[in-house]
Amino acid sequence: MIIRERNLFSVIMLSSVFSLLSAGLFVTMDAVDVAFTEAAVGAGISTVLFLAALALTGNIEKPAPRRPYIPLMVMTGLASILIYGTMDLPPFGKADAPVHMHVAPDYISGTATRIGIPNVVSAVLASYRGFDTLGETGVIFTAGIGVILLLRGRLASRNAHSRDIK
Amino acid sequence: MVNFFNQFLSHYPYWAVMLLMSAGLYIVVSRGNLIKKIIGLNLFQVSVFMLYISMGKITGGTAPILTGKTEIYSNPLPHVLILTAIVVGIATTAIGLALAIRINDAYGSIEEDEILAQERALEMQDARSS
Amino acid sequence: MKHHLILRIGAKWLIPFIMLFALYVQFHGDYGPGGGFQAGVLFAAALILYALVFGLAELNRVAPPKHVLKLMAIGWLIYIGTGFAGAGLGGKYLDYDVLLNDPVSGQHLGIFLVELGVGITVASVMLAIYQCFAAHQLRELADDEW
Repeated sequence: MIIRERNLFSVIMLSSVFSLLSAGLFVTMDAVDVAFTEAAVGAGISTVLFLAALALTGNIEKPAPRRPYIPLMVMTGLASILIYGTMDLPPFGKADAPVHMHVAPDYISGTATRIGIPNVVSAVLASYRGFDTLGETGVIFTAGIGVILLLRGRLASRNAHSRDIK
Repeated sequence: MVNFFNQFLSHYPYWAVMLLMSAGLYIVVSRGNLIKKIIGLNLFQVSVFMLYISMGKITGGTAPILTGKTEIYSNPLPHVLILTAIVVGIATTAIGLALAIRINDAYGSIEEDEILAQERALEMQDARSS
Repeated sequence: MKHHLILRIGAKWLIPFIMLFALYVQFHGDYGPGGGFQAGVLFAAALILYALVFGLAELNRVAPPKHVLKLMAIGWLIYIGTGFAGAGLGGKYLDYDVLLNDPVSGQHLGIFLVELGVGITVASVMLAIYQCFAAHQLRELADDEW
């Protein structure tokens, strides 16, 4: 539906609903922090930014000028290769998969004794992996600076000096 | 055939994720509208998050918030990685949308083929005048 | 959209509660789901709702863009400063154990400061991005164009 619909307003609304549904999916997979963030970011901020961008550009997408056979074939091939690649993964929910063995039990037990806060995800994010969070805050800061540099101070002047594209 | 069915039952989240991933990539590759490409990229990102979170789930586990009782907790490490990834994803989406708005200001449209046609016309003008 | 009465009354009631919830999520992120990012996004969403209903000029009166820019930097500097405080008091960079007398309280203080920095940065960045997008408009959209 998102792929074939050409009215961009409805596409944005559908993708916002998709974000909300994926947030519900995250809750059933026990990822409550992630679901919170995905619902707030995907169904909230992202939709507002898309709608603001849509108000500044067009509303309807042009129909595709050529038949999309090659992308379809490439995507079918890619999907089958990826599905073939997932066959080696451990079954869904298995408790002794390798990913659960090495660091995660240390984090869970260490949070109880050395840090003393109940939310393990916050403890790992802010204390065990605090340096990653530092870099991530830097990424957010850079994105803000980038958007300000791109959009601030130059009002849209249609075709005024659009020939010198530099 | 039974083997295939067993494989499907134990791996169905991963298959669904792969289908979503290829759908997102298909939107990016085959559609010419810039905003729709960015929406496809978002779809791709959400499917990758689902892959990681589904790898972190333990059957019979619960959310990784310590209560007093000893129970099985789902692996908190993918949650942390995906939290970072979600926030980085919205950063790149915001920059992508800002770029699309600026392209719209400069070229007057956000369809890829119209932009390419204008660029080619400019190139031919430059080649003729130089 | 100022003359839509229901929107105005609803927004006037909702915005303080959303901000309060954002602060709750920020400071209770240690005990339940939540933390810096979620709180920052929620706080920015409350202010964006204010801008959507009452107009961008009102929002620029409440949160002027140059102060929002300074807040972006201050949030990240709080995070970096906590790291340097850990290094200055004898541990490594971003070591929270040395911040207070015993390691567990040091961890609590460190996590509190770090999440505060993250929350401030995320909220101000989301707000600044919205302000840039909305200020790029050529004209105010009339109501029948929605």
